[in-house]
Amino acid sequence: MEPVIVVDGLTKRYGKLCVVDGISFEVARGEIFGILGRNGAGKTTTIECLQGLRRADGGQMRVLGFDPRTETGELRRRIGSQLQESALPQRIKVWEALHWFASFVPGARDPGHLIDQWGLQDKRNTHFSDLSGGQRQRLFIALALVNQPELVFLDEMTTGLDPAARHTTWELVRAVRDAGTSVVLVTHFMEEAERLCDRVAVFESGKIVALDTPGALIARHTKQITVRFSAGPGDLGWLAAVAGVDQMERRDGSVEIHGTGPVLAEVGAALVGHGIRPADLRADQPNLEDVFLSVTGRRSDE
Amino acid sequence: MNVRVLWTSAWTEAKLFVREPMTVIFTLVLPLLFLLVLGGVFGNKPNPAWHGQGPVNYYVPAYLGLVWASIGLLALPVHLVRYREDGVLRRLRASAAPKWAIFGSQAIVASAIALAGGALLIAVAAFTYHIRTPQSPAGVVGAWLLAGIVFASLGILLSCIPTSRGALGAGLGLFFVMMMLCGSGPPFKVMSAPLRDVSNILPLTYVTRILEAPWLGTALAWSDIGVAAGIALLADLVAAVTFRWE
Repeated sequence: MEPVIVVDGLTKRYGKLCVVDGISFEVARGEIFGILGRNGAGKTTTIECLQGLRRADGGQMRVLGFDPRTETGELRRRIGSQLQESALPQRIKVWEALHWFASFVPGARDPGHLIDQWGLQDKRNTHFSDLSGGQRQRLFIALALVNQPELVFLDEMTTGLDPAARHTTWELVRAVRDAGTSVVLVTHFMEEAERLCDRVAVFESGKIVALDTPGALIARHTKQITVRFSAGPGDLGWLAAVAGVDQMERRDGSVEIHGTGPVLAEVGAALVGHGIRPADLRADQPNLEDVFLSVTGRRSDE
Repeated sequence: MNVRVLWTSAWTEAKLFVREPMTVIFTLVLPLLFLLVLGGVFGNKPNPAWHGQGPVNYYVPAYLGLVWASIGLLALPVHLVRYREDGVLRRLRASAAPKWAIFGSQAIVASAIALAGGALLIAVAAFTYHIRTPQSPAGVVGAWLLAGIVFASLGILLSCIPTSRGALGAGLGLFFVMMMLCGSGPPFKVMSAPLRDVSNILPLTYVTRILEAPWLGTALAWSDIGVAAGIALLADLVAAVTFRWE
C-alpha cells in the first residue's frame, strides 16, 4: 500500500542553525508513528514542514501523495492537526469551536458526536478561557479530527494531562487509528511512545538516530536485563555460573543480577533447584528510555 | 466556493464581538454618547459655526464615519493581533480554513456593527433632535461603503503591529486624535490654522467630508474621494506585504 508520508532528505535551517538535517522516513497507512526526542531535536519543525506550515529548505516530501509546499490547500482538507502552542479565541464556547471548524470542509463529522467521544459533554457551553489544560487538549484533538482526516498530526497531545486522562487519550487514539486514520504522534513521553506507537523515530539534533518498532529498538539497543530478589546471608556465588548471568551484586539483603537473554527464567530455575523460592523475584525489562539513553547518550528529560 | 463556511465564521465572530465589552463600548456606545453630549451642549438650531447647519444635523454624518473609525482603528486590529498572539491564526491556517472566509467574515461582522452603530445613531438623533433626512440617501450609502473600505484597510494595516498592546496603543491614539480633529469634535470652521493642518492629514477628515456632502446636500469634492481611495489602496498594499500569520 502507498505510504501516507514519504520524506527524503528533509532539511530546514534557521539562519545558520540546521534544525532538521537531511532526515528520511516513511509512514505506512494505518500506522501510529511516533516521533521522539528532546526539546529542540527538530520534531515539531519536521511535522510543521509536512503540513506546509513551514517551508523546507531541501529534500522531497509527499503527504497523502501531495507536496506540502505547493498543494497545501488540498492537503490540509485531508489531514488533521493538533499543534503545540496554538489556541482558540478566549470567549469561544466548546460547541461553537467544533461547529466553526466543521464548517471548513464538506462532509465533516458531527460536532455533537466528537463532544461526547472526547468527554466534553459537561463543557459544551464553556468558554475556551475557562477550560482546564486537559479539557483544552481534548478539545484540540477533537478539532483535529473534525474533518475526518486520513492522517492526523498530534504534537505533545498529552502534555498537561493527568495520568488517568493520558491513558484515556491513548485508548481514544487507538480507536481513531482503528477507524482508519493514520497517526503521527510527537512526544517526549517514553511510556506513551512505547505503549501507543507501532514504530518510533528517535530524533536528536535534527537527525533520526533510531527508527523501528519499540520492541525491536529495545531488543537491539538494550542488551542487559536486571533481575532482583531478596535473599538471606547464605552463599549465592554459584549464581554467577548460571547461563546468561554477566554480573552479580549483593546489597543489604537483596541480590541484583545483570544479564542477557532468558536470564530471569535461568536464574529462577537455578534458585528453585537450590531450594530457594524468593517471593519477589522479578526482572526490570529495559524500555524506550534505555534505548533513548543508549542512542543519544543522554536521558530524555535532560 | 463554500458559503456555509463564510456564514458560520461570521456568526461565530459576531458572537465573539458581543462578548468583548471594550470593543462594544467603543463602537456602539461611545459615538452615541458623544453625539448626545454635543447635542445637549449646542442643540440643533442653525448656527454659522457649523456652516449654517444645526449642530446635530451636521454631526450625524460625521459620527457615521466615527463608528467606522472605531471599528477600523480599534475593534478589528486588536481582534486580529490578539488572534495572532494567541496562536488562533496559526490554528486556523493549519486547518482547512480558507483565507477568504477568515477575512470575509471579519468584513461581514465589521459591516454589521457599523450598520447597527449607524442605525442607532440616526434613530436616536431623529428621535431627540428631529434631524433632517439626508439629501441624497443613495449618496450616503455609497459614502458609507467607501468609509468602510478606508477603515477596514487601515484596520488590516494596524493589525500588522506585532503585539496587541502596541496595536491597542496606536489604535487608541489615532482614534482620539481623529475624533477630536476630523469633524466629530469642533467644526472645521472654528479650528486654528495649525489644527486644520493636522486635520488635513488624517483619513477620517476625508471620510467625514465624503459622508457630509450627500447628507447635507453640500458640494462633493472628487479630490476627497481620490484621497480616501488612495489611503485605502496604500494601506492594503503595505498590509499585503507586512501581514504575518504568526
